[in-house]
Amino acid sequence: MSIDLAIETHNLGRIYTIRNRRERRIRKEIIALQDVNLQIPRGELFGLLGPNGAGKTTLIKILTTLLAPTTGWARVAGYDVVREPQKIRPRINMVSGGEASGYGLLTVRENLWMFAQFYGLPSREANRRIEDLLRRIGLADRIHTKSSDLSTGLRQKMNIVRGFLTDPEILFLDEPTLGLDVNAARDVRRFVREWLDAHPDRTVLLTTHYMVEADELCDRVAIISQGRVLACDSPEALKRRLQREALFDIEITAPNGLTAAALEALPGVRKAVLTDASGGALLKLVLAEDSALPSVIGVLTERAVQVRHLTKREPTLEDVFVELVGRPLAEEEGRDEQ
Amino acid sequence: MRAASYRDTRLPERWAAAWRSFRVAAWLGWQIESNWTDPFLFAIYSMLKPLASAAILVVMYGVITNGQFENPVFPYIYLGNAFYIYVGAVMTGVSWAVIDDREHYRTLKYIYVAPIRIPAYWLGRGVARFLTGSFAVLITLAAGVLFLHVPFHPDRVDWPLFLLSLTLGVMMLALMGLVLASVSLMIAHHFFLIGEAVAGALYLLSGAIFPLEVLPPWLRPLGFAMPITYWLELIRRSLLGDIASGFATLSGFTNGQLLGILAGLSVLFGLLAVVAFRLCDRQAREKGLIDQTTNY
Ligand SMILES: Nc1ncnc2c1ncn2[C@@H]1O[C@H](COP(=O)(O)OP(=O)(O)OP(=O)(O)O)[C@@H](O)[C@H]1O
Ligand SMILES: [Mg+2]
Repeated sequence: MSIDLAIETHNLGRIYTIRNRRERRIRKEIIALQDVNLQIPRGELFGLLGPNGAGKTTLIKILTTLLAPTTGWARVAGYDVVREPQKIRPRINMVSGGEASGYGLLTVRENLWMFAQFYGLPSREANRRIEDLLRRIGLADRIHTKSSDLSTGLRQKMNIVRGFLTDPEILFLDEPTLGLDVNAARDVRRFVREWLDAHPDRTVLLTTHYMVEADELCDRVAIISQGRVLACDSPEALKRRLQREALFDIEITAPNGLTAAALEALPGVRKAVLTDASGGALLKLVLAEDSALPSVIGVLTERAVQVRHLTKREPTLEDVFVELVGRPLAEEEGRDEQ
Repeated sequence: MRAASYRDTRLPERWAAAWRSFRVAAWLGWQIESNWTDPFLFAIYSMLKPLASAAILVVMYGVITNGQFENPVFPYIYLGNAFYIYVGAVMTGVSWAVIDDREHYRTLKYIYVAPIRIPAYWLGRGVARFLTGSFAVLITLAAGVLFLHVPFHPDRVDWPLFLLSLTLGVMMLALMGLVLASVSLMIAHHFFLIGEAVAGALYLLSGAIFPLEVLPPWLRPLGFAMPITYWLELIRRSLLGDIASGFATLSGFTNGQLLGILAGLSVLFGLLAVVAFRLCDRQAREKGLIDQTTNY
């Protein structure tokens, strides 16, 4: 075991067993995580990027000692998550986004002070940090507000401060910007980055299903889907994988029965994704090289589909995701929200 | 920099963790208990609630016995009912914290990942209910003595026995609460009344308002296995002296024997609490129940 690994997992897996309510003999198994091998050195801001149900929260729960894995092992700060939770807990903290937690009848300051007490932080130091962190995240004017009187977004900011308050060696942020508006999300991202800059030996593991967040914020990103880690590298390196390919966005009129599969059958077409757009459709292409483009245009013309706009662009994490998972992240989100 | 002292789990640190868990939980419990309404209403409510429930009992007793308030059975029932308030307060108070934190405040997982001693935290959450419960008991007793001729003579009270029994009893109730709290870790929201349900069942099983003889024979052993039975008897004896024998169920035991039984059963419940917590804690982590919320 290497001492400077903040987090290490080996063939980590988790299966949930769901029993049927009426007939207890009927069981369903859900594989939430499978063969996850991660090595996260100290000082890294590591991102887990994946669609709903990918297993992000499950992984965080295992690493924060809330949930036992069914296979493999995991170490946090050098300690085994199953056998040594008491050693891990003083060194970590956790925040989940998209939920309104906290004692509504306590003020923001009291809520935070209380959690600091659990970690044995002296009151005066706790209060100093509370004021400082609230100011940084833009919540200082609400310090004496009862937390039940805060909006969901502000409550989430309070919750985020709770995570940082104890100055953890390793911090787990599960979708910290979920449900926040654009400005608040930006505040939070800046806050996380600044904190890490000020504390270079701290480690943050952050989950998200926002591409930009992973791209902008993280030193390294693991792309996770259906419980498996499909790729793990820095955002730049992940994108570089696609650099040799040619990426085109084509705005077209109604597709007239054209399918992505038909386009992918063409030589040189790596990936084609067709999504509805206003008054037509958007076709995203990953081509082995530029010379594959004419055959695509040919097919479009055959079907009387007109090209309205065509751009060639640099690869984004979104493209990497599509390449690995086979479908865009946004599509998945939309489906889940319905 | 952070103090490094809480970093390891050597014994003194475990005690330090237990103490801060207990202390902060007691503070939190008091905030929750007292802050839900303004102080004036809180005080009124704290007085009226016990008086109302005592009044119901007194009226029922009066109707059934044609007003035999001089009969020693009356103080037996009155004191049993008054001190039973502690069962609802302490036992239910401790176990309620799990469900409250998980379902209502959604903080259980954050408390769980903190370096605290969960059982000490739960015990702490019961302190506020113990205090408000004590107030309720006091009010009920005062009403009984002032208006209902419950025979109470401060010079005839066996104070040492009373204080000893009370302390032992409250600890015993807290340990029973821990057992319930551990079980609550494993159950879903719709069983949230488990604390109340157990408290209600024990009201009938531990001779609070009628003797164990009234129970069907197959239920009696359960009554005799409950520490609350002996505790209530000790409380009555210490407060009333010889006229406490409204019913003869336990009159064969000396005070010392009763204390011994109570202490023994309390230790047993203490061990049960440790085992239950370890078991339920492991199960809850294996099944992922710690932050499970029922989304209705
Ligand atoms: N307690 C549970 N019991 C049964 N199945 C569960 C439980 N928790 C999660 N799952 C399942 O495990 C899989 C992974 O869920 P998980 O919550 O880890 O995903 P996620 O990546 O965090 O998704 P999201 O973006 O929606 O938060 C999903 O299929 C989910 O339905
Ligand atoms: Mg999740």
